[in-house]
Amino acid sequence: MMPAILVFAEAGGQEAIDKFANATSSGIALGAIYALLALGLVLIYKATQVLNFAHGALAALGAFFAAYLATVLNFPGRYATFLPLTMQWLLSALVAVLITALVGLVLERLAIRPMIGEPLFSVVMITIALDIVIRTITDDFIGNNPRPLGDPWGADVFNVGPAIIAKSEVATLIVTLICLIGIALFFRSRYGVAMRATAFDQEAAMAQGISAGRIFALAWAIGAGLAATAGIFSSLFPRSSIGVSNTTAFFAFRALPAIVIGGLDSITGAVVGGFIVGLAESYAGAYLVGDTWSFLGLGFAGVMPYIVMLVVLIVRPYGLFGTEEIRRV
Amino acid sequence: MRNRPRLYVSYASEMALLPTWTQKIAALVFLVILVLIPFGVIPGLGFLADNDWLKILSRVSIFAIGALGLHILSGLAGQVSLGHAFFVGIGAYTAAILGGEVGKGTWGLGLPIWIWLPAAGIVAALIGALIAPTAVRVRGIYLAIVTLGLVFVGEWLFRSLPFITGGAQAGRKFPTFEFRFWQEEVPFLDFTSDGPWFGIQMTSEAKTYILLLVFAIITVIVAKNIQRTRVGRAFMSIRDRDIAAEVMGVADTKHKVMAFALSSALAGVTGALMGAFVGRLVPEGFSLFLSIQFVAALLIGGIGTVTGTLLGATFVLVLPRVVQDLTGLLASTAQTGTGWTAAVANFFVSTAEGDPGIVSTLPGTSPGLNVAQFNLLLYGLLLIAFLIFEPLGLYGIWIRIRNYWKSWPFTY
Repeated sequence: MMPAILVFAEAGGQEAIDKFANATSSGIALGAIYALLALGLVLIYKATQVLNFAHGALAALGAFFAAYLATVLNFPGRYATFLPLTMQWLLSALVAVLITALVGLVLERLAIRPMIGEPLFSVVMITIALDIVIRTITDDFIGNNPRPLGDPWGADVFNVGPAIIAKSEVATLIVTLICLIGIALFFRSRYGVAMRATAFDQEAAMAQGISAGRIFALAWAIGAGLAATAGIFSSLFPRSSIGVSNTTAFFAFRALPAIVIGGLDSITGAVVGGFIVGLAESYAGAYLVGDTWSFLGLGFAGVMPYIVMLVVLIVRPYGLFGTEEIRRV
Repeated sequence: MRNRPRLYVSYASEMALLPTWTQKIAALVFLVILVLIPFGVIPGLGFLADNDWLKILSRVSIFAIGALGLHILSGLAGQVSLGHAFFVGIGAYTAAILGGEVGKGTWGLGLPIWIWLPAAGIVAALIGALIAPTAVRVRGIYLAIVTLGLVFVGEWLFRSLPFITGGAQAGRKFPTFEFRFWQEEVPFLDFTSDGPWFGIQMTSEAKTYILLLVFAIITVIVAKNIQRTRVGRAFMSIRDRDIAAEVMGVADTKHKVMAFALSSALAGVTGALMGAFVGRLVPEGFSLFLSIQFVAALLIGGIGTVTGTLLGATFVLVLPRVVQDLTGLLASTAQTGTGWTAAVANFFVSTAEGDPGIVSTLPGTSPGLNVAQFNLLLYGLLLIAFLIFEPLGLYGIWIRIRNYWKSWPFTY
């Protein structure tokens, strides 16, 4: 990192350092959200061998629940007026995450469980179909106008050295860290060990008395919860000034490169991939603009994750941390 | 029936396109019906001669070509692809550059259809073959994500080339269905205006329908025949077990690249026809949803079969119209009907502000989904239902019906 800063410093002085620091800080915050999304995707993939294309829709649904609970119903804040506003909002967000986790449970039971053992293409397609269904319903819930989430941070910012950092970005990073530690602890718990065993060898796990069905359901519930968390934080100020809208669901598609870069079945890979993608997108948004880069057109930052993904895949077809599939005839 | 229909005495007769007399006759009758549809002479199907329905059926023909392309890649060679829309876009814009009007804001060379249509296929195939070696390095779910990435990169690419695509939201005009030898003033075959054709008065919609039907039938024959060639059998062996196929001497990468190129070629032709048919397309049209529609056609119809692919393509494109008609019917029943039918209809549709219902016929009001949203919802739900309850798709249903009647009135 240091040499890069020096180069920019020589080229443009203080301005360049500011630009670099801002791009890095917002890239890390963005990477945290991608890491959250990727974590949920990888968890579901590891446990059930299903890549959840409906993740973005679940994220948008979770964000809608949070917006509805916090701004319309004021639940559970109306029963806990003695708490500070930040706590009230966090409680609303938590309830939204729990509701989305419940939705994940139902989805697994209704649509994914019957598909065990079906060909890959069909399973991919069923999650895409779920995406269409959930997204349509969520869009209808949201309505024509975006819904603000009513978060306590708003557009507040503070300075750390040259970088301007939004308070919501700090909150995002903290929540991501909590989720990461939570997942790490979960994998050491009774159910976590059972999930790892099921992911490793389903038949052997079942022979040990582990209910594979329950593990699948648990993985989907946690995955959906993580999706909702990511959805809520991706609808806050620096990412979206207007709250959760019809485009929130598409945001999650950019987490797919993150998990491919990291390797589909690696939790570490998901986090690393998430931050790589976040930083790449942020740097592309900061540096590949202006007259010199006008041939790239609008929205190049949005496709940057896919380009990084293609480059990584050319070098390592199973991602940075993924296990190579051993094939037998 | 001259002999037992399922008794094959030679390899050639077993591998024939239509092995039994029943199939030959059924195919002929079906073909005649398809050709006669625009004249409205078939009892019971007269409503299809309506211009709206002819347009939908023309779209089915166009869409079926692309779906058959995906059938070759996914159904025969077993490669999961969500990137079909990208190749459709490549084909469309190749056609637009070669056949588009000269001297407009967007590039156009004004060449005739017999150049831009094959060129759309060839350019798409070349780009498919260029991308394929990278794509076939990854397998299964990784391939699905890589091809998904292709769609997003493609969408951005089309958006940022305004001199070709007309730019985001704006779009550009595409060449029309006119057959000229080179650049004569009057085309010798014109599909864009009403008028007599070989002595029969026809609307432009009817003419276009016939033209696209011909293209679709040619593609069906090609797709059917590919299954019977050495290459087609290589595709299927790779699909069933790629390592085993490799051990038996089937060149894995070579055939995967071929499958990509073939499927992209058909996707490109679809794009060119789509552009010419619609007249103006925006770059956002070649989105993930288009890819999903192709995959949905395959899976709803029954993956791995040409008949299933055609059934699926028809289903996917006719469904929105049926839903629209159904909603309209329900709305009118709710407003003017009496008795229990009106009550049921009233439960489903909301026709006034504040009236609860699943579907709202008013533009952009809550509660209730609007018709487009309801369409999308039903589409997703049907897809889920088909995948769970009928993995072989419409073709599977047809097989069950056929097997039932084969031995009727006995159960087996």
